Formats: sequence, C-alpha cells, structure tokens
Amino acid sequence: MSIWSYANPVKFLALSARVQPALWGAAALCVSVGLIWGFFGTPDDARQGSTVKIIYLHVPAALMAINAWFMMLVASLIWLIRRHHVSALAAKAAAPVGAIMTLIALFTGAVWGQPMWGTWWAWDPRLTSFLILFLFYLGYIALWEAVEDPDTAADLTSVLCLVGSVFAVLSRYAVNFWSQGLHQGTSVPVATGGRTVADVFFYPLVVSMLGFGLLFIALVFYRTGTEISLRRAAALRARADRGL
Amino acid sequence: MMPELGKYAVEVVSAYGVSLLLLAALVGLTLYRGKYARAALRTAEREVKTDS
Repeated sequence: MSIWSYANPVKFLALSARVQPALWGAAALCVSVGLIWGFFGTPDDARQGSTVKIIYLHVPAALMAINAWFMMLVASLIWLIRRHHVSALAAKAAAPVGAIMTLIALFTGAVWGQPMWGTWWAWDPRLTSFLILFLFYLGYIALWEAVEDPDTAADLTSVLCLVGSVFAVLSRYAVNFWSQGLHQGTSVPVATGGRTVADVFFYPLVVSMLGFGLLFIALVFYRTGTEISLRRAAALRARADRGL
Repeated sequence: MMPELGKYAVEVVSAYGVSLLLLAALVGLTLYRGKYARAALRTAEREVKTDS
C-alpha cells in the first residue's frame, strides 16, 4: 500500500485509531521514566550543581520545537505540491504543540541560564533565532484562525512555514555559524559522534527525548483527527444549509 | 525522597513545575477540543440523516 493512500481521511483515521493507544502509552511511560530518573536518580554536576537536571526538559523540548517545524514544513510542501487536505491539517495540528515545546525550551533555558551565565536572556544567535521561531509559531496559528476559507488558509500558512524554516535551521545551527554566543554547541552530536555528556546524564536524557518525540507524534495524530472531524462537521452543516 | 537541590532548588523546581503545567494544559486542551469536535461531527451526521 502506498503512503499516499493515507491522504484519504478515512484511511488516516483508521490508522490513527490503531496506533494511538500504543503511542500514548509509550509516550507516557518514556516521559515519566525519563523525567523521574533525571530528577531523582542522577547526581549533581561538578560545575552546574543541581541545575543540570533541567537538561531533561530543556533539550527534549528544544529538539521537538525544531523538529515540529520541520514536520510542518514537509506537510506544507505535500499540501502545496499534491493538495492533500490531511497533510495541511496535520501541519495545523502540529503548530500549537511546537509552540508549547518552544515556550518550554525558552523558559527552562532562561531559568538555567540565570545561575550559569549570570543572565536570564542574551541576544545570542541561538536564543534569538529560537525566540523568532516562537513568534513564527504564533503567527502561523493566528494566520490559520484569521483566514476563513480553509484552502486559502492552508496556502498562506504553507508559505509562512517555508519562510519560518530559515529560523528553524538557524536555531539548530546558529552556534556553528557564529561563535560569539553564550549558548554552547550540541553536547550529543548524532551525526559526528563524540558526545560530551557522561553516561549517568545521557541515558535518562535519551529516554526523555524519546518520550517527548512520542508525545509529539501522539498529539499530532489526535489533533489531526480533531481537525478532520471539525472540517467534516462544517461541510455537512454547509450542505444541510444549502438544502442538499 | 526529594533530592538535595542546594542553592538552585528554586530554579530546578520552577523549571519542572512550569514545564509540566504547560504539558498538562496542552494535553488537556487537546483532549477537550477533540471531544468537542467528535461530538459536533456526530450531531451534524445525525442532522443530515434526519433531513434525508
């Protein structure tokens, strides 16, 4: 079966209903285990003290903030090229989740930064691009709500998503482009290896990252189903009003 | 049971408290809106059936 068959809302909802119980269960388990292990079961860092425990929230939230935008980018491109409504609705469904993840990353970053850097905020390349990404999320959500015709809203928000992708890329790679910022580079470079996080902190962090990823997928599946239901209800009401 | 957080207790606890609150609000609002949408669809489908 082709992946494009899931562009059919009925097939998408059937798939969604099948995978959601396992997704929600795995997400709840991994988030709980990751955060409880990180908070209660890890030691203080030699230099950062107990603030190192913020890593189990900050890193997974930041990771999902950026990856949510990339997921929206792919869904938006599918909408623009193939006009599959489910992909446009999936992008719409992901935006509030990405916005909350960005907010968590910004808040925990500020709370972590104050004792470590001596400031809540700096106009550092990564911090600034992350703040702009958050504003793009808010603009994207507002644009969906502001445009009445759903296809026009999907077109406009898809273009906004393409533009915002610049800041999603910047927020991930800004520390590589400019070195004058306060924020350090990634401590867990997946592509190149050579992580700088000790095992005792790394394993609960991986569980927490996995949990946030699964939670994002579960939320997007559920929220896309919600958007499909709302769209179908509106279409039925419009048809009834026209007397068909 | 509570780990010794030392002088950074306020920072660590507030980071966890606010983040968990935001996640709970996100999940709660998602489920609430989902219930509303599915109920609205059921009502619309019933009305269409009744009309026809």
